[in-house]
Amino acid sequence: MLIAALAGLVAVLFAASLLVGPAALGLGESLRALFRGEGEAVVLVMREIRLPRALLGAMVGGALGLCGAAMQGFLRNPLAEPGLIGVSGSAALGAVIALQTGAAAAFALALPLSALAGAVVAVLLILALAGPRGTALVLILAGIAISALAGALTALVLNLSPNPFAASEIVFWMMGSLADRSMTHVWLAAPFMALGAAMLLSLGRGLDALTLGEDAAEAMGIRLARLRLVLILGTAALVGAATAVAGAIGFVGLVVPHILRPLVGARPSRLLPAAALGGAAMVLAADIAVRLIAPDRDLKLGVLTALVGAPFFLHLIWRTRRAAA
Amino acid sequence: MSGWRKASRRFGALAALGLGLGAAAPALPAPARVVSVNLCTDQLAMMLAAPGQLVAVSKLADDPLSSVMVEQARGYAKTMGQAEQVYLMHPDLVLAGTYTSRASVDLLRRLGVEVVELAPASRLSDVTDHILTVGAALGREPEARALADGFAADLAALRIDAGQPVGAAMYYPNGYTTGAGTLADDILTATGFRNIGAEAGVTGGGNLPLERLVMAAPQMIVTSTPYPGASRSEEILIHPALAALRETAGQARVTDADWICGTPHVLRAVAAMAGAYRAMTGGGS
Repeated sequence: MLIAALAGLVAVLFAASLLVGPAALGLGESLRALFRGEGEAVVLVMREIRLPRALLGAMVGGALGLCGAAMQGFLRNPLAEPGLIGVSGSAALGAVIALQTGAAAAFALALPLSALAGAVVAVLLILALAGPRGTALVLILAGIAISALAGALTALVLNLSPNPFAASEIVFWMMGSLADRSMTHVWLAAPFMALGAAMLLSLGRGLDALTLGEDAAEAMGIRLARLRLVLILGTAALVGAATAVAGAIGFVGLVVPHILRPLVGARPSRLLPAAALGGAAMVLAADIAVRLIAPDRDLKLGVLTALVGAPFFLHLIWRTRRAAA
Repeated sequence: MSGWRKASRRFGALAALGLGLGAAAPALPAPARVVSVNLCTDQLAMMLAAPGQLVAVSKLADDPLSSVMVEQARGYAKTMGQAEQVYLMHPDLVLAGTYTSRASVDLLRRLGVEVVELAPASRLSDVTDHILTVGAALGREPEARALADGFAADLAALRIDAGQPVGAAMYYPNGYTTGAGTLADDILTATGFRNIGAEAGVTGGGNLPLERLVMAAPQMIVTSTPYPGASRSEEILIHPALAALRETAGQARVTDADWICGTPHVLRAVAAMAGAYRAMTGGGS
């Protein structure tokens, strides 16, 4: 029921995303161009500019929502989110290194692979510093340190680039945007995201068992080492691919699982698909909003998700404090 | 980049001032040591200065991506334009652009160095004024007059008055385009094209979303050469939609150093566009 409602919401937002843009196109005209290929220029706009943008919005949002739900389930920590704990930032560093060394130009898959490698390093660091037994505070502090380091190295690489545009793109890598992406980016990210999503969605039963504690989970036949490995690789594939094409978009993985958790009876296995759909809806909505608020300039997606997410984050900290007191 | 164009409207007044100075004070001796710190004043100074009069030009004059006079620039010292370095060259006159670092220009003036500033050209007719201004500042009025007359004659010969101008768009990284009131716009309109950027309401430099460029269906697309290294900003130049547009447009060109400065070298850009127009329309006027 909830899943169907969320899927409906995503479908509506996906359609809206296709119909919003600086070129004023009629509804019928847009749809005829998209589905039947009528009207040369309109077809280009619909199929090569708006379709990839809407697809990427849904894919990136779904990836981030799913990762947030999985990490929070595994760490049993409500503040685990790829952006906050530096996984997105490290993925951005990996992507920037691939682009500036020319590796991405020589071999297209180098871009998502390098972002994935950056994400793996960050997830490993986070798990080492603040594993399942670490407190929320340690997790956040480790995340701040990793984010700061990744951000500084990203800025360094971009400032040293011979390309005069590179340095001005620091904000893209830190805030994310879907402007002027193409089907090339969709195809680049899709296989990694499909693989990562399949891996994380398979963890439902294990994460359910983990809510009872590690010993209980092991008694129920869950192999924790394997679960951890799948989680690390799945998260890295999703966040790496999302960040490589859209930059680091924060707070999606924090807000969405929290809103949906009470609706699924706090069961991770049910939260995972719901959070993926919810994340897709949130990023699609944010991407529609940036185009409505500032049609002629590239307002970054992360600005909107942070405007929603940061107050939410404060609220969570407040609640965590009260629970601890 | 946008700043480069914006204040250029003030140029008329500035040029008049420069001319007035030259005319009103003929008794002033011509400056013996001149340093130019701006890519565009470099070119005018190299074309107009007496032998030995020009001491140094800007570092950019060496860069083939920006400079059309790399060969000639070899014979001069180079400066990065910082006040300290320029001052130690003991110039009587410094030629600068209005977008040269304010701090450097102010400091040089405080140190008693005469600085003549030139705004970027915002139309082809500015070039004549620029030539005369620099000529007056260098005490080389006859040479400047000859160069300006030659430029005007060459431009008149290249100019195309098209009954039905062809849609053309300048398209740069980040979807940047040059609209009304820019040198590039004037080059397009002088050679039989109408500027899609200006028609989209862009004045000076501004952004034109890729969607709107596609819908305007330009028949000529002028883009820039990507810089080394990589940038997301430049990825728009290889976007599949733009590639498809280029294919249907049939004509695409790349801007180069010829387009940057309002000097007689801009005629090469004008000639290239005029040639492209003739090729597209099969003759033309």
